[in-house]
Amino acid sequence: MTASRLATGGSAIDRSRPIRFSFDGATVHGFAGDTIASALLAGDVAVVGRSFKYHRPRGIWGAGVEEPNALVDLGGSVPAKPNTRATTEPARDGLVAKSVNATPSALADRNAFLDRFARFIPAAFYYKTFMWPDWHRFEPRIRAMAGLGTVDADWISPGTADQINHHCDVLVVGAGPAGLAAARLASGAGLTVTLVDDQHSPGGSLGHRAAEIDGKPAAVWVKETIAELAAGGHLILPSTIAFGIYDHNLVGLNQRHLDGRPDTLWRVRPRQIVLAAGAIERPLPFANNDLPGILSADAALAYLRRHAVLVGRRIVVATSNDSAYEVAGALAEAGAEVRLVDIRRDGTPAAPANVRLAKGRSLISASGRLRVDGVTLDDGTRFDADCVLISGGWTPTIHLFGQAKGKLAWSEARAAFLPGDPVDNIAVAGAAAGAVSLSEVFAGASTAVASLGQTKAPLPRSTGPEATDGIVAAWPMPGSKGRIWIDYQNDVTVKDVELAARENFVSVEHLKRYTTLGMATDQGKTSNLPGLALMAGITGRTVPEVGTTTYRPPFTPVPLASFAGTRVGELMAPVRRLPLENVHRANGAVFQEYGGWLRPAHYGGYADAERSIADEARRARQSVALFDGSTLGKIEVIGPQAAAFVDFLYYNTMSTLKPGRCRYGFMLSENGVVFDDGVLVRLDEHRFVVSCSSSHVAAVHARLEEWRQDRFGRDAVYIHNATSDMATLTVSGPNSRKLLETLGLGLSLDDADLPHMAIAHGTYAGDDVRIARVSFTGDRSYEISIRADRAEPLWAHLREAGQALEAVDIGLEALMILRAEKGFIVIGKDTDGTTLPHDLGVDGPRAKRQSEFVGRRSLFTEEASRGNRMQLVGLAVPQGDAPLPTGAHGIKRSDGRVHSQGFVTSSYQSPTLGRPVALGLIERGATRHGETIDIQHLGKISKATITAPCAFDPAGERLHA
Amino acid sequence: MQLFPCPFCGPRDETEFHYGGDAGNIRPDGADVPIDRWAEYLYLRGNPKGTAREIWVHMICGEFFVMGRDTITHKVLSSAALDGEHAA
Ligand SMILES: [Zn+2]
Repeated sequence: MTASRLATGGSAIDRSRPIRFSFDGATVHGFAGDTIASALLAGDVAVVGRSFKYHRPRGIWGAGVEEPNALVDLGGSVPAKPNTRATTEPARDGLVAKSVNATPSALADRNAFLDRFARFIPAAFYYKTFMWPDWHRFEPRIRAMAGLGTVDADWISPGTADQINHHCDVLVVGAGPAGLAAARLASGAGLTVTLVDDQHSPGGSLGHRAAEIDGKPAAVWVKETIAELAAGGHLILPSTIAFGIYDHNLVGLNQRHLDGRPDTLWRVRPRQIVLAAGAIERPLPFANNDLPGILSADAALAYLRRHAVLVGRRIVVATSNDSAYEVAGALAEAGAEVRLVDIRRDGTPAAPANVRLAKGRSLISASGRLRVDGVTLDDGTRFDADCVLISGGWTPTIHLFGQAKGKLAWSEARAAFLPGDPVDNIAVAGAAAGAVSLSEVFAGASTAVASLGQTKAPLPRSTGPEATDGIVAAWPMPGSKGRIWIDYQNDVTVKDVELAARENFVSVEHLKRYTTLGMATDQGKTSNLPGLALMAGITGRTVPEVGTTTYRPPFTPVPLASFAGTRVGELMAPVRRLPLENVHRANGAVFQEYGGWLRPAHYGGYADAERSIADEARRARQSVALFDGSTLGKIEVIGPQAAAFVDFLYYNTMSTLKPGRCRYGFMLSENGVVFDDGVLVRLDEHRFVVSCSSSHVAAVHARLEEWRQDRFGRDAVYIHNATSDMATLTVSGPNSRKLLETLGLGLSLDDADLPHMAIAHGTYAGDDVRIARVSFTGDRSYEISIRADRAEPLWAHLREAGQALEAVDIGLEALMILRAEKGFIVIGKDTDGTTLPHDLGVDGPRAKRQSEFVGRRSLFTEEASRGNRMQLVGLAVPQGDAPLPTGAHGIKRSDGRVHSQGFVTSSYQSPTLGRPVALGLIERGATRHGETIDIQHLGKISKATITAPCAFDPAGERLHA
Repeated sequence: MQLFPCPFCGPRDETEFHYGGDAGNIRPDGADVPIDRWAEYLYLRGNPKGTAREIWVHMICGEFFVMGRDTITHKVLSSAALDGEHAA
């Protein structure tokens, strides 16, 4: 191949703006408007990559999204992007392109020797060969030798991708003649139109095929139509791929930008979709049909007319249809010596001027090493050639129609699958629907939008030459000589398909997975149909009997950044934050995420976290501790049936609670398993506050709403989640009351007025506060709830007044130690997905309750009554032993085997007791206090004695101290 | 992505909704409900091919509602708010 840039012409390029970029280290010259591929062709770069498996030299095949060969890794002046199609990527000054799967370069690839062993590594070679002893021993080397582009692990995204939701009446996919006509007709019907096209400039085939519309050159008509649509306020998105169609008419678009911004993802919900995505030219089967210098005929015409690139000097054009005649004529006119080889004996168009036509002949092989140097015909004739162009017919781009579960209909006349029965809200027009001439295309566009309303826009008329088809099928034949490529990108040949058939992988889905046909980044846009037609030939079936594989998004690769949008880093799963976060930070807090909340783990009193935590837990028992409990759920249940409602939702009877009092209880799931625990506050007759676990607030809220709406009715209760409205500051310890007295809350803190499990109302600095005397530490405790935005002065006051009492700020880790000392559980930590309330020692309601509640019936099953259920216990270790590992199993031995009899759920070193404390779920544990069992962890055995869960102040005297 | 009609908010993306179970799965009350009936309520689901009536919740506004839809075509057939009292 000796390709070159012509001195004049090229509708897409701007010769006044030369650009330079690098490919495999060499400088390439081009003009603004070039793609990387057109600039490489203009510079006569034949080898642009190496094939996936055999490292065969490969050249540019096409001029669009279907490109199987010309993939490059991009960098330099443009954002890094691996496996980019050179045919769709604009050439830009300073960009650095590197060929894929080639070291050091596509031209001099050191793994090229692999091709000589090709017959020893057919399809499925890896599956069959590297089974013993272990695939993973071979995998790294094989992966290094096979594959495509390389991801730069150090690459940092220049920003996050925009994601835009968009609605319109009509989405037109493809701005070729069909799409432009449909958009114009829809606009004329008063509809809002969005027009997308994968190319940088609109027009589709009109950009390089001869056409005249309404008496004007096609380029003029395209420009006028676009201007008209833009003036009508319609959205026109160039460089944008409609990659997927999803349920309920959602279409995903990925828009590329030339200014270095990340791509933009569009989610479009049109009422109607017009698919006018055109058609893709297929190769013809002959030996070595993958050599560099063998191109799609239509692509050669596009490079000639758009980029003024003449792809060769001595060109053989091989075809099975009429579309290549215009190509042959144009290349001859541009100065090339052109031979046209037509598989058809009869019914061909006349040979174009200066083109020698051989009818009824086909290519059987091409020769050449790093580029094609000649072809041999089926009659033995050999022609020298520096470029071979092929047209094996056109495959309509019906991928989106297929994704929308549209059924395809085989057309023998077109040798292609066309859209079959219509799909709701989707119309297909133009070459995608099998139209060939412009007149057919426009008529189809009119039909596509006819159902949408009466249009005022006139139907465009084709006044120039009209394309014809006349295709004769030329599928790959079984038993052909030589290596005939079906799938260029995944190195699948006729022989591989034959092998698959021999081994009975005859279903098209099996064929795909066994040979990897159509599984590469191009998704078999040029190869799927020839591959399944070959399988049909081998197995004596028709093409529609073999059928196609399932169409799935994306149509072309979409950067993951587009799907991620702004949901990266911290925004991937945003944490909930305390109103006092900054205050805690200023006080040295070390934050951690707990159940979605960012909370102080401890306040960093010592460099060593463990020591800080132990110190907080020890000092909390000595005088007074301050803890930010704002995350605690505060869901209000209000209404005439509020009492009946909480009775139903809780395991414990709650309707007997007196206003101003609190009660601890469980919520169960319908299967009886403990779902959440917490304190219920009764504010007045018809108003309760559900205080649920911090991490369960959303789930509890949803559960309350579900029973409200599905059982009690909307007028019976009203539910308000006030969790973030209020901050809750907890004051705990023997001196907690003393500290509270300094606040001047205007209420009596006398134990007679505010006993344990009661609430009181007061004010602080003019704001209402609610005091709940509940305890998760086992010490006298007060939870003060105040408007979240007024919490800061109150916290500051507590800390300042606390100094005299040696008050200590405690984080969640210290609180965990304090509650474990008391045997207080954390649902989901000290319980699992099988724990029933009586396993935790709370059997009263199960035994006594007469009224209905969630999960009730499940407490009386055989399973619930099983004698050897795991029950909550404390676990004490021998003196001097370290704390038990959480998750360690209690074991027992029988029949010479080791069995689990439960596990450790919480375990800490208690600084107050000076020994470890632990909780666990152990079989029949409640009846085995005093028994010593073996605990196994990572193969090591230790001892623990089963005790009551509470290890500290079992009489509960400190609550009142 | 499907569009579900929340009776309160109108059509919204399916990612805003959670599935809440089969509609018409009436809860049998009582500690003495036959165990088979209780197991059926807890675990047995129709998993129909075609027309289904399901409870969904719109997590944004908290509305629980009954939606009729086709499990094959994903067409939404109906959508109605629950009215309490063992909505079927
Ligand atoms: Zn809603």
